[in-house]
Amino acid sequence: MWEYSDKVKDHFANPRNVGEIENADAVGEVGSMACGDALKLMLKLDENERVVDAKFQTFGCASAIASSSALTEMLKGKTLKEAEQITNDQIADYLGGLPKEKMHCSVMGQDALKKAIACYRGDAEKKQEGNIVCECFGVTDVEIERAVRENNLADIESVTNYIKAGGGCGNCHDRIQEIIDEVLARGVSSEKKPPKLTNIERIRRIEETLTREIKPTLKADGGDIELVDVDGSRVLVKLFGACAACSKSQLTLKNYVETKLRELVSSDLIVEEVP
Amino acid sequence: MTAVIYMDNNATTRVAPEVLEEMLPFYSEYYGNPSSMHTFGGQVGKYITAAREKLAGLIGALPEEIVFTSCGTESDSTAIPAAVGANPDKKHIVTTRVEHPAVKNLCEHLSRHGYRVTYVPVDRKGCLDLDFLYDSLTPDTAVVSIMWANNETGTLFPVEEISRYVKEQGIVFHTDAVQAVGKTSINLKTSSVDMLSLSGHKLHGPKGVGALYVRRGTKFLPFLLGGHQEGGRRAGTENVASIVGLGRACELAAEHFEKDYEKVGNLRDRLEAGIMERIPHALLNGDPEHRLPNTTSISFEYIEGESILLMMDALGICASSGSACTSGSLEPSHVLRAMGVPFTAAHGSIRFSLSRYNTEEEVDFVIEKLPAIIERLRAMSPFWKEAVGK
Repeated sequence: MWEYSDKVKDHFANPRNVGEIENADAVGEVGSMACGDALKLMLKLDENERVVDAKFQTFGCASAIASSSALTEMLKGKTLKEAEQITNDQIADYLGGLPKEKMHCSVMGQDALKKAIACYRGDAEKKQEGNIVCECFGVTDVEIERAVRENNLADIESVTNYIKAGGGCGNCHDRIQEIIDEVLARGVSSEKKPPKLTNIERIRRIEETLTREIKPTLKADGGDIELVDVDGSRVLVKLFGACAACSKSQLTLKNYVETKLRELVSSDLIVEEVP
Repeated sequence: MTAVIYMDNNATTRVAPEVLEEMLPFYSEYYGNPSSMHTFGGQVGKYITAAREKLAGLIGALPEEIVFTSCGTESDSTAIPAAVGANPDKKHIVTTRVEHPAVKNLCEHLSRHGYRVTYVPVDRKGCLDLDFLYDSLTPDTAVVSIMWANNETGTLFPVEEISRYVKEQGIVFHTDAVQAVGKTSINLKTSSVDMLSLSGHKLHGPKGVGALYVRRGTKFLPFLLGGHQEGGRRAGTENVASIVGLGRACELAAEHFEKDYEKVGNLRDRLEAGIMERIPHALLNGDPEHRLPNTTSISFEYIEGESILLMMDALGICASSGSACTSGSLEPSHVLRAMGVPFTAAHGSIRFSLSRYNTEEEVDFVIEKLPAIIERLRAMSPFWKEAVGK
């Protein structure tokens, strides 16, 4: 038996906004009977692209119905721009969480919403992006990659829980693992890149970051910054104008410049002010 | 809590009050170990002997052909490896595509360890393709394992006929009869079955006890090694209370067999007819001619099984589903798929399995309440309107 939250049980037993909207402005349909769940989301918008009504029809289990109901409640009153920001995690959170095996129900909500918005904007049925990896549930490599990235999924089982890929015959497990490995490798490599920098690269990137990111911000406050030297991980800088006089300059350096340089160049940098 | 209407007896059954009563003293007064030399422990042994006789009586076996185990799964996990282990030169196993996971996953495990496994297909009603089965037998076949009755549809397989044929080829025959014992008549004296698995909690006995029938003269290798219990065929101190309970449950099943068979069969037929009459787009799964008297599996098209179960649950009605969503996997029941039930219907399948404790009132309550549940979910389904025409 599933451990459903009270909110899931409530939205299943008393689903909000079941039905159809005649002349809906946006319709998003996902899933199929073969998949085991399907959702048709219908939206009515006002002239400011605000959702004035949202209705759904769902074929699926309790958490699929509850996720659909929650989604329509979350959508009401939101502009399309705001609606676009809704993620599957937020749908699950709204319901007080979903069992991990049921996360795909919240993903179905997010997918239907995306489709509805695309339908409204007239992005004609976008051609399927990527190549089908999971034949059983028709999931593409692009979708798997996105799910892995956005939800920090680390194994095939989690991928299956979120987007069903790999939940059928299992023939695609190797390919899913490859995608997970690729995403992980990319995540790691972007973190590890800085240590591989040569001294020249490091200095050049510090300069670039100062010019592009930091100077404009300081200038906006009437100050400026100049790179004096780079000694190992020590970055020596001179401050001008408002910054130099500002009693908080030390704090500005620590909190802002250093954070920015650490984030964009290398995590071991220490910023020091030279008089 | 609402009164429970329990119609999930293929999952587990209520322990019969007579069974419980007989078990209790073995948790208090008679706690001795039957292997002990002293009278206090040793006297317990005679109750195990009595239980063995009662069980043997129900299935037409000899007491010495019964090995008590911890469950049906242990019996299966003992029988099949024993058969292949006793025939080390043979590397082929024949089973069906609709076995319980206890056999299915065991065979899949063996197929990764040097064994070739043939899975016999079934037709749309869940009946075995016997020609396929017989053609698949080779001199390399070590064991054929075919369930007596299917747990999801209740379909009965012609185990007697199959076992005779298999035996003539000199191949060991095992049957997982967990769903069949107590619900259909079994007489091993006149059959060619070599090994048979059964479970206590499917026939109003306690959980945690099962048995394996091993025909006299069958080559055997124990699964659990250790002490000399069960004649060296299953080590480990006996689960005395549960064995006594299983014995009593078998005795009750034998006593009530004919009455129960008729009563449960009538209730099931009433339930099935009531549902099929009142609910459109409902499909019966399985073979109505050859099945257990207590089981019916019905698919409600255009809706999903877990939702149906939970709405019934709110009314205290207990059943189960072959839907993907109830299993934790994403695919609907392997049994319904093997039968070629379309995914669209398999997801909405509900199994009702009755027992002698069900009543006509309960059946009528379900018949009365179910249509509204199905209608409500169909009104929510994006496929329903389309299906019935706007």
